Amino acid sequence: MILKEYKYELGKIERGYNNRSLYINLSDNTIKEKEVTQFMKDKFIGGKGFGLWYLWNAVTPETKWNDPENEIVIAHGPIAGITQYPGSGKSLVVTLSPLTHMPMDSNVGGYFGPYLKFSGFDALELQGKAEKDVIIFIDGNKGIVQIMESDIEEKDSHLIAEILTERFAKDEEDKKNVSVVSTGSAADHTLVGLLNFSFYDIRRKAVRLKQAGRGGIGTVFRDKKIKALVVRFEGTKGNLNNAADQGKINRTGIKLHREICLLDDKQNRMRKIGTANIIEIMDQYDLLPTHNYKFGSHKDTYKISSDKFQARVTQGLPDGCWYGCSLSCAKAADDFIPQTGPYKGQKVIVDGPEYENAAGLGSNIGVFDRDGVLELNFYCDTYGVDTISFGTLTAFIMECYENGILDKEKTGGLELYFGNKEAALELLHQMARGEGFGKIAGLGIRRMKEIFIKEYGADPDFVNDIGMEQKGLEFSEYLCKESLAQQGGYGLTNKGPQHDEAWLIFMDMVNNQIPTFEDKAEALHYFPMFRTWFGLMGLCKLPWNDIVPENNKYTDEPAKIPEHVQNYVDLYNGITGKNIDKHELIRQSERVYNFQRIFNIRMGYGKRIHDKIPYRAMGPVTEEEYLSRQERYDKQLKELLGLDPENMTTQEKMAALRKYREEQYEKLTDAVYARRGWTKDGVPTIEKLKELGMDIPELIEVVKKHL
Amino acid sequence: MIMVNGREFPWEEGMTVKRLLELKQYTYPRITVKINGEIIREEEYDTRTINDGDNVQCLHLMAGG
Repeated sequence: MILKEYKYELGKIERGYNNRSLYINLSDNTIKEKEVTQFMKDKFIGGKGFGLWYLWNAVTPETKWNDPENEIVIAHGPIAGITQYPGSGKSLVVTLSPLTHMPMDSNVGGYFGPYLKFSGFDALELQGKAEKDVIIFIDGNKGIVQIMESDIEEKDSHLIAEILTERFAKDEEDKKNVSVVSTGSAADHTLVGLLNFSFYDIRRKAVRLKQAGRGGIGTVFRDKKIKALVVRFEGTKGNLNNAADQGKINRTGIKLHREICLLDDKQNRMRKIGTANIIEIMDQYDLLPTHNYKFGSHKDTYKISSDKFQARVTQGLPDGCWYGCSLSCAKAADDFIPQTGPYKGQKVIVDGPEYENAAGLGSNIGVFDRDGVLELNFYCDTYGVDTISFGTLTAFIMECYENGILDKEKTGGLELYFGNKEAALELLHQMARGEGFGKIAGLGIRRMKEIFIKEYGADPDFVNDIGMEQKGLEFSEYLCKESLAQQGGYGLTNKGPQHDEAWLIFMDMVNNQIPTFEDKAEALHYFPMFRTWFGLMGLCKLPWNDIVPENNKYTDEPAKIPEHVQNYVDLYNGITGKNIDKHELIRQSERVYNFQRIFNIRMGYGKRIHDKIPYRAMGPVTEEEYLSRQERYDKQLKELLGLDPENMTTQEKMAALRKYREEQYEKLTDAVYARRGWTKDGVPTIEKLKELGMDIPELIEVVKKHL
Repeated sequence: MIMVNGREFPWEEGMTVKRLLELKQYTYPRITVKINGEIIREEEYDTRTINDGDNVQCLHLMAGG
């Protein structure tokens, strides 16, 4: 049954923008168009910038994630939708997170974003709550938007996406023109729900899913009673953005395609195995999170190394999540047969594994079993559970279990020790059913810590040390104990400990290229700003530095991949007809980055106290950890602190190391805030806002209360 | 003694680049090695020796997440 239909004039994209967005309120079924103003384009550019701006205007400091005022905004960006340059089909999703209570942003592939753009909109705002489950359909060729009651009984994404692709496509040929956004049954019962964005894989003749994973966006989606979003657009081609200089786009793209063709096999093998290529490398450098980040390597890592997954992943197919992406990192294990749960015995496709899945669902919870990782990966995706949060929160639970904070009585019989794949899978199934200990686990680490302390008598110091969350979001899957810069890369962030802002472990810990606080601060300024830019444009980060030109090592700043930075400048100028340089690129990001920081402050967070990280991220919490790397830590006590470890107990050594490392983090925080133009409490100064042209009255009003 | 990535490391007679990478357990396949600022080609790792007192950089161009 159609609840509301809205017809709109089809338009034409001009230099990367439609200059309008689509607003839908599910409380009263309002559907309307909004103008995308020059102000928005100048200050917020697009993608995540638009999402944050719309959300800012939708909520107040009192708004909670499950209030109707909260929005989910999906936006792409001016470059999104081109088919000439790899990684150009991304959507950015923004909402108030149920985990952090602050704006969350997540970057996702699949066809929805580009099709939304070609259908005539620079962003989609979803506000309000429906009474019953609804499906929202955008027909980008006919100019129709419909809100309809859902009649879909299936609860999980791989089925919902398949059914709706079938329903809204005219025929088999047309399925590639349909993209579905959905989540699964666990998003109804947990705070870690994700969104799956589909694309139709014409070679496999199957629907594939990419995830907007972080921060519980799927939970908000289901709270609004949205079953699915569907867009259909027929007529995709390479020039729909009506670029100012299409030739420049074409030339820039050809250059990178050639690079990938010549060098990928010698470099990161993204086409063969995707991001999973680094599993064993992380292990070899003691960076692979193992047993809740206690350790960085394990004797059984070879069982989940990239070659094991490569053997299971179908090879030889161009696996891009948007047209024209020759980096093709979107891998799939075909004909996988789960051994547990509602889809036991059925043949399914597992999208992945990404590195994060192998680490989070593998080593971090002690599951060194390739097919176990794949099964957890499949169920996380289709149930709509963020794999990173699931891996990290399960690792936390397992350490609590092994330390007697939890037992079988409290977990309803689940023996959640490290390596118990069956128990981890059952925990996940419970999350999907909203039953048992799965309901508690689905609240995330921050709330579990409160429960374990209040109800189970857990030692607050211990659970706060080992619970790998910050701002309410679970850490992603890198061990950062030996890299102060990466501790900042996790901690000194806007949305929480996700490595998409900065990944500096090798530059810092191994290469020692940023030895001083000032060096680290410069890196923690430049890289977060540079990476923010992908989210403003609708771009993927991977083609920036997972493939590099052959002569990159001869450049002044190899870590920045200068030639690729220039590619991005050229793409932006080619699309918009503007004439920015690499410095203005950073300023574009800085405007939005500072805006997001102020948004956090407006919501009651975003200050220095919120940037602290648990000690497990900094150093050894337990004697077991210290003793496992005693030589390393003893050496540091001698060389860095002038102590004689021979005359100290392990507890004394741990205390001295902890004091030192916590002081280092504070000094780093001072240096980074200074470099970013913030006060010692982490508040952007009015001078900084003026310098960026972001001295907008409503931002000044927020910050001046904290200066 | 030599410097490797800004930190002291024991030198040994006849130490090649390949030997140094083994000793440091640097297994990442994309490492740029510089000796006193000069980039060493991968084909020379087996034969190029490092002298006592050299300043060696083993730069991992690791993309990561």
